[in-house]
Amino acid sequence: MKISLKLSLVGTVSALAMTLCGATFAQEITGAGATFPAPVYSKWASDYNKATGVKINYQSVGSGAGIKQIDSKTVDFGASDMPQTDEVLAKKGQMQFPAVIGGTVPVINVKGIAPGQMKLDGQVLGDIYLGKITKWNDPAIKALNPTLSLPDATIAPVRRADGSGTTFNFTNYLSRVHPEWKTKVGEGTAVNWPVGAGGKGNEGVAAFVNRLPNSIGYVEYSYVKQNKMTYTLLKNKDGVFVKPDETSFAAAAAGADWNKSFYQLITDQPGKNAWPISTATFILMQLKQDKPANATEVFKFFAWAYKNGDKTAAALDYVPMPDSVIGSIEKAWSKVTDASGKSVAIK
Amino acid sequence: MSITLPANENSLHRPIQSVNLPGRVMTNPPPMKKARSGPLADRLFGLAAKSAAVFTLVVLAAILVSLTISAWPAIAKFGFGFLTSSTWDPVKEDFGGLVMIYGTVMTSAIALLIAVPVSFGIALFLTELSPAWLKRPLGTAIELLAAVPSIVYGMWGLLVFSPVLSTYVQQPLQKAFGDVPVLGSLFSGAPVGIGILSAGIILAIMIIPFIASVMRDVFEVTPTLLKESAYGLGATTWEVVSKVVLPYTKAGVVGGIMLGLGRAIGETMAITFVIGNFNQLNSLSLFEAANSITSALANEFAEAGEGLHQGALMYLGLVLFFITFVVLALSKILLAQLQKNEGAKT
Repeated sequence: MKISLKLSLVGTVSALAMTLCGATFAQEITGAGATFPAPVYSKWASDYNKATGVKINYQSVGSGAGIKQIDSKTVDFGASDMPQTDEVLAKKGQMQFPAVIGGTVPVINVKGIAPGQMKLDGQVLGDIYLGKITKWNDPAIKALNPTLSLPDATIAPVRRADGSGTTFNFTNYLSRVHPEWKTKVGEGTAVNWPVGAGGKGNEGVAAFVNRLPNSIGYVEYSYVKQNKMTYTLLKNKDGVFVKPDETSFAAAAAGADWNKSFYQLITDQPGKNAWPISTATFILMQLKQDKPANATEVFKFFAWAYKNGDKTAAALDYVPMPDSVIGSIEKAWSKVTDASGKSVAIK
Repeated sequence: MSITLPANENSLHRPIQSVNLPGRVMTNPPPMKKARSGPLADRLFGLAAKSAAVFTLVVLAAILVSLTISAWPAIAKFGFGFLTSSTWDPVKEDFGGLVMIYGTVMTSAIALLIAVPVSFGIALFLTELSPAWLKRPLGTAIELLAAVPSIVYGMWGLLVFSPVLSTYVQQPLQKAFGDVPVLGSLFSGAPVGIGILSAGIILAIMIIPFIASVMRDVFEVTPTLLKESAYGLGATTWEVVSKVVLPYTKAGVVGGIMLGLGRAIGETMAITFVIGNFNQLNSLSLFEAANSITSALANEFAEAGEGLHQGALMYLGLVLFFITFVVLALSKILLAQLQKNEGAKT
């Protein structure tokens, strides 16, 4: 009796040990960061898992937290909506590459105005968020929309309360096109807003705008589509009023010189079709890898995603990277090495 | 038995005394034996209890120390000026906590102002006036309110409550008092249903069940004898409550209010939804969107950069810690004062 009990105990322990060892051998890589691309990363991860059996864990904790986690090497890759400058990356010993493209869109809730009817430009948008334009029938708005009947109502500006890449994208655009905005408020994931109520997350801003009459806000494009919100047209650098959609985001990305550096802010880009508040979202990695096998898996995953994930991205309203850019991205991967300096990129 | 035995043995050496005076046997206590100092289990238990108490203190001190260390960049840069500056500019790295501190204090004050009388009414009704069949279901319903997660209050506040508040309270109030000097400034600003007032009301709804159930429980322990005597002397229900029940239960009542206040100060999710998260102090209007310490922490921490921004948020946490401490200390002082007066009266 006793012996058999002991034997069975040894059996369970060794079985347990074997499963534990097995777990460490099975490939599992983790990433953390931006919430904006989280839906497409998760979808890619589950598709990739089905295709290869490799598990990708993506935690959508926010760009700032993603940067912190890759700095402390607790994850295999970080993700940020805000690119890091080349100097910062060199100092930290990291590299970045763009993963997908999206756009930030102004949305309004004004009675009688349908999606795409209202036309705005950077000057007016900046003035609204500076509190200088307070009524919807302000002459500046009227000048852009001579045919619309605008109400004599106070504008209720809504913006993000939490720090976010969306806010960075929006304020970066305003800083480029509105000199007073640049000196008074500036750009960042959180800024010192002169006016406006703050909603938490894209969904918070969307809820605010849908609920508050005469409000204006800004959200990621996918929220506009899912919630059928009243988006506005925006005047781009070429003076054309464009509609926010996949083609206008892609047009903005095409204008950037990705071969020089991946530090590209694609707001206010030239191009007839370019949406002025477009953004790429980025993946961050350590140049020197403690776990080279994991880094190789990360590259395999993104190579697969660039090749097979276009449709998934488009279905979720993200724009895949242009093919010309993918070439230089894959070239940049060779810079990532293991401890001995050998490149870990896929051959 | 075993205790008296050695005494008897002892007395055997002096047989004459002990035989003549049997009572003497008991007056000679046995010498203390080593075993009396406590068996091992007893000592271990004592040690465990003591270390549990010490552990709490150590954790408290550790939190305070780590908060101070993380907040140090901001403390060194802004000092006490942080408490009086209302600028919160992450881009230019200029931080002041006045807006959040004001928001936290103001929303909690509004919450208490509403919740205390209502809770008192609920507790009074349940213990003194309610018919017996209604007592249990009503009491349970109120306790159930305490179990609703705060995010539900937040969503409800944003999507259901604030439009109602805007249309049926704020706009009429503005119409009625907009031109009155002092009152008008309290009700100025865009009546959108989001801001200090709505956050305060949502908080009040959240803390009412806590205060009410504590009050009810302490009201119930008032001896029936005392109440019946007062009724017998011809006292009205109000007189019984104010002159017998309240004085008898004041410690519990103050404790319940402090429990509610503690929750109001620390509440995060619900506040984030309805306060507007606005970091400017343009006016003291109750309709103005504002921010609270907890809401600022929840919103900005994930994306805050290393250094000053994070330090400033930690500094805010430290201030919240301090506010809670002061509130707790004040309640203790209040209780001590009440007890002292009690002694003077009788």
